[in-house]
Amino acid sequence: MPIRFAEKPGLVAYFTVGDPDLATTHAIALAAIDAGADVIELGVPFSDPLADGPVIQRASERALRHGTSLRDVLNLAATLRAERPHAGLIVFTYYNPILRFGLEEFCAAAEQAGVDGVLVTDMIVEEASEYLQALHRHHLAPVFLAAPTSPDERLARIAAVSRGFIYAISRVGITGAQKSLTADAEQLVRRLRRFTQLPIAVGFGISTPEHFAAVGEFADAAVIGSALVATIEQAGPKEAPDAIARLIEGLRRGSRETAAPAR
Amino acid sequence: MEATSTIAGRFGAYGGRYVPETLVAALDELEHAYAEAQADPDFHLKLDELLRDFAGRPTPLYFAARLTERLGGAKIYLKREDLLHTGAHKINNCLGQGLLALRMGKQRIIAETGAGQHGVATASVCALFGLECVVYMGEEDMLRQELNVYRMRMLGAEVRSVSSGSRTLKDAISEAMRDWVTNVRTTHYLLGSALGAHPYPTMVRDFHRVIGREARQQIIEKENRLPTAIIACVGGGSNAIGAFYEFIPDKDVQLIGVEAGGRGAQLGEHAARFSGGAPGVLQGTYSYVLQDENGQIALTHSVSAGLDYASIGPEHAALHDSGRAEYTSVTDAEALEATLLLARTEGIIPALESAHAVAECAKRAPKMSGSDLVIVSVSGRGDKDMGILARELKLSGAK
Ligand SMILES: Cc1ncc(COP(=O)(O)O)c(C=O)c1O
Repeated sequence: MPIRFAEKPGLVAYFTVGDPDLATTHAIALAAIDAGADVIELGVPFSDPLADGPVIQRASERALRHGTSLRDVLNLAATLRAERPHAGLIVFTYYNPILRFGLEEFCAAAEQAGVDGVLVTDMIVEEASEYLQALHRHHLAPVFLAAPTSPDERLARIAAVSRGFIYAISRVGITGAQKSLTADAEQLVRRLRRFTQLPIAVGFGISTPEHFAAVGEFADAAVIGSALVATIEQAGPKEAPDAIARLIEGLRRGSRETAAPAR
Repeated sequence: MEATSTIAGRFGAYGGRYVPETLVAALDELEHAYAEAQADPDFHLKLDELLRDFAGRPTPLYFAARLTERLGGAKIYLKREDLLHTGAHKINNCLGQGLLALRMGKQRIIAETGAGQHGVATASVCALFGLECVVYMGEEDMLRQELNVYRMRMLGAEVRSVSSGSRTLKDAISEAMRDWVTNVRTTHYLLGSALGAHPYPTMVRDFHRVIGREARQQIIEKENRLPTAIIACVGGGSNAIGAFYEFIPDKDVQLIGVEAGGRGAQLGEHAARFSGGAPGVLQGTYSYVLQDENGQIALTHSVSAGLDYASIGPEHAALHDSGRAEYTSVTDAEALEATLLLARTEGIIPALESAHAVAECAKRAPKMSGSDLVIVSVSGRGDKDMGILARELKLSGAK
């Protein structure tokens, strides 16, 4: 189950699992895949999400209120894998829940669940040797973040160890919506291209069809995170799957209308 | 977990750098700036001059005669970091990092604070150097250490209250890291303990080594020998590692770190990381962490805001595992009692953090002999705690 972006730009959808409850996340993920998301990032809620803005912080709190665990995230992944064999599935987490689970145990369980890749927010390439070995043993793609502040030599190292895709952070900052894309994003993708053939997904603050289309001009995919999480928060559990489907269809339609012919 | 990292900043298996990618360049920059500064005699001259003339170093090593007599065992010396300008050891590190920020050309400083002593020291250094200063502080800590909130504002710092999580030190650090991720190009994060991602644990320890260096010289001058034991409280671990470091090669000197035992041994009621925690990653470093079975960080409690934190500096984790240092904990009630004890025997009101070290000393000294020497790190003074002390010890005021 390699990670594939069928249509350009590809769409990666982030949700915090268990926000507001596991059944809703399940329904939302199915709706997102059916509406055109290529890859789902299953966010593991964490008590101290220091790279996240208020929207995802609140989602984590909601998910933790009823004790959503890494085990729950893997169970959901297994269900989604059975129901939607073609969808890309990434576990998106801070490192401590994995350490507590056991790195080897986690990788074995993730492989068994049919997870494609893992992205750890607070894991950098210099610390990753053991982590990479465990992921490789279990055929999981290590997805790393690349930042506008990463110099070229770091981008080269990130590119060398990444599989699946590389997640380019659109701007210096935490997760959350923004009004307009900064020049940081395009510059970063251009610098990264020199070191990799992998697809590059741009994320952080992408919320409108205009952003989505703009990212499609220079990157392979866009990650939509806080915009989806905020939509879930506003819509409530009953309406959330429909609201997410509409949002994703809207992004896709908007980009087809505004996008230049595919390269 | 094995120490397979390829970067420096490991203490045994502990430490390292577990941060969002956006921060790595800034940590590298800091590491280089720090290495350059270390090699620059001018930097040391400037820092030493500030430590002497601004902060008031060296601090005395004071023979506590009445406390010694009262406890009836070991001879007790107090390392008087409480006499430093701004009231705690924290100023040692703030002056060092403040000079580094100037070298790096960063005009904006951010910091977290628990007890407010690191915030006050940071605000003072920013005022001294003409730098913009933003301090993050948990709501709970702002309430219980209000005097220090006023002091920071008096000094021109902006104090931002943090209302997430337990509304204490851990949450203030997360918020400071969010600010840093966002403003990393212009801002230096002046972290206040021997915590966080490399190079902070090493750098902060180095800026506090002066505590142990002075104490070693002073005890040799006064007693012509090394102490039997050194006792220090451990929040993140900066005063303790500063006091311990010069004595690490002296294998006969016991190093004793004291954590917050809070109200009891149940998870959530204390901040005793070694007895109640397990290795994990929190806020940039691999160390002992109070956490639940899912790896979520546990809530903590201590009467002392400066010790009320779910993790501990990684070098202490290594000293713990190697057995070179010993770690114990002291309850809220014992710390309060020790505050009163030191106040009434020596005329010194310690910070509630430091009172944990005094309490451990009060337990051990009577079991030791008159030829034993104990040094207690009095890391700060208790002015900031008068509200808590008045309430807990039922002191009457104007009415
Ligand atoms: C007086 C005093 N002692 C000790 C501490 C604990 O910090 P550390 O363990 O870094 O010395 C604090 C922290 O606020 C403090 O104010």
